[in-house]
Amino acid sequence: MIHWFRVFFVGGLIAFRGLFNWIRPAMYIPTMFGSPLFQLIFFTKLGQYAHAEARDFYIVGNAVQACAMSSVYGMTMSVANERWFGTLGPLLASPANRAAVFLGRGVPVLANGLIVSAFTFGVGAVLLGFRPGLGALPALALIVVVTVSSCTCFGMLLGSIGLRAKDFFFAANLAYFLMLLFCGVNIPLGDLPGWMSGVGRCLPLTHGIAAARQVASGASLGHVAGLVWTEAGVGLAYAAAAYGLFRVLERESRRKAVLDTY
Amino acid sequence: MRALRIVASGFVFNLKMVGTSSFFLLTAIVQPVIFATIAFYMYRSGDRAGTLLYAALGAGMMGVWSTTLFGSGGLIQWQRWQGTLELGVGAPPSMTLVYLPFSLANATTGMYALAATLVWGRIVFGVPLHFVHPWLFALALPATVISLGLMGLVLASTFILYRYANALANLLEYPVWIASGLVFSTSLLPGWTRPISWALPPYWGVLALRHAALGGGVWMPLGLVVALGLVSIAIASYAFRWFEHLARARATLSLT
Repeated sequence: MIHWFRVFFVGGLIAFRGLFNWIRPAMYIPTMFGSPLFQLIFFTKLGQYAHAEARDFYIVGNAVQACAMSSVYGMTMSVANERWFGTLGPLLASPANRAAVFLGRGVPVLANGLIVSAFTFGVGAVLLGFRPGLGALPALALIVVVTVSSCTCFGMLLGSIGLRAKDFFFAANLAYFLMLLFCGVNIPLGDLPGWMSGVGRCLPLTHGIAAARQVASGASLGHVAGLVWTEAGVGLAYAAAAYGLFRVLERESRRKAVLDTY
Repeated sequence: MRALRIVASGFVFNLKMVGTSSFFLLTAIVQPVIFATIAFYMYRSGDRAGTLLYAALGAGMMGVWSTTLFGSGGLIQWQRWQGTLELGVGAPPSMTLVYLPFSLANATTGMYALAATLVWGRIVFGVPLHFVHPWLFALALPATVISLGLMGLVLASTFILYRYANALANLLEYPVWIASGLVFSTSLLPGWTRPISWALPPYWGVLALRHAALGGGVWMPLGLVVALGLVSIAIASYAFRWFEHLARARATLSLT
């Protein structure tokens, strides 16, 4: 068990450092902080101009969704870049437990997603006057942790597809933008057609954002427990699907001798 | 004549290259359609009447800008990765002339965005496509696209010195959408941002397109789009010469 946790934590950290060794502050800050900051301002102003929802609706939606920048792209790259860097073969040749290898990669990505979300909430407070009340902060933090975890699990699924797919960035980009549309980030689910809100309810973020909005407007954690558990369940389902797909694609790649090929 | 041949062949060559790129497909068609849909629903849930064509035009222009921006950001970086930047710099024509057709082709690809959002808006949301001045719209569109292409050339020139051009491109997408007032009025922004808006070709471009479609004076914003395009090419020519010299002197041209 100790060995499992070593691969999970230490392996995950080393993999993150190795696969993201190209990240520098000059790249990290504009991408991870700059984009969410301006995205938040853009949608808040658009909502204000369209006379749609109240300001806090957009602040909470976009601040929670900002984690997808890290969770979707970061997690996709955490798995799929092994193939790009040519290290997938040695990794899969090792006897390490696959669940530990696979899930451990999500920890640094999750931490990064939390930083990005926290920063975006902070910007909302400083620049746009978001004031959820001190009492709401612990519940809000818990919801954000659950939502970022769920989003990271979704990223794992996309990363698994990247084990075989040629253009996994297209899938990651598409998923990221579709989440903006389907997950109630800027549009209330009730305003979307039934099929779109149905798809949204099967995606990460949707229930987390709904819970965060209610907590920010004064509801207790107990009041939104159902939404939080649903978000966690959605995340677990994606994690299980991602792990299953990873194993299937690994076995198929070995069988057809297409590891590391494009 | 030789310059025209370089521009024409570079334009066609790059148009073919971006035409096969799934990233450009995403930026020029899929992303604008998604953002247009978001804008349509936001406008629908609000109480602003008659703004769906306004949103469609703005979302289309967002796509034109994204394509120009990522094309320009990627222009130098991709050349670096492919090892062809030195060949472009070493060729007898000026760098401006070598990379102008690339930037124009990127912006032209962005026209798909406008077409996609208008068609999407018409089919899915029933947006009426009745333009008040259709001929002026047909004139304003290429003028805006060319002007954005020239602005992209200015960005590409500065990216010669900046190793993380792609990250800067990621950063600049939303701010220009905001400052240009593509889907909402810039009157919502603080007063100090107004001069920034005035200096941006997309601001006047979307104004020209909007006035041509919905009514209003087209010639003034159209003239300013053209003027800013000319200013852009003057800045780009100077910047390319200067930054190219610096990159060669510091031996940083091919650093990735």
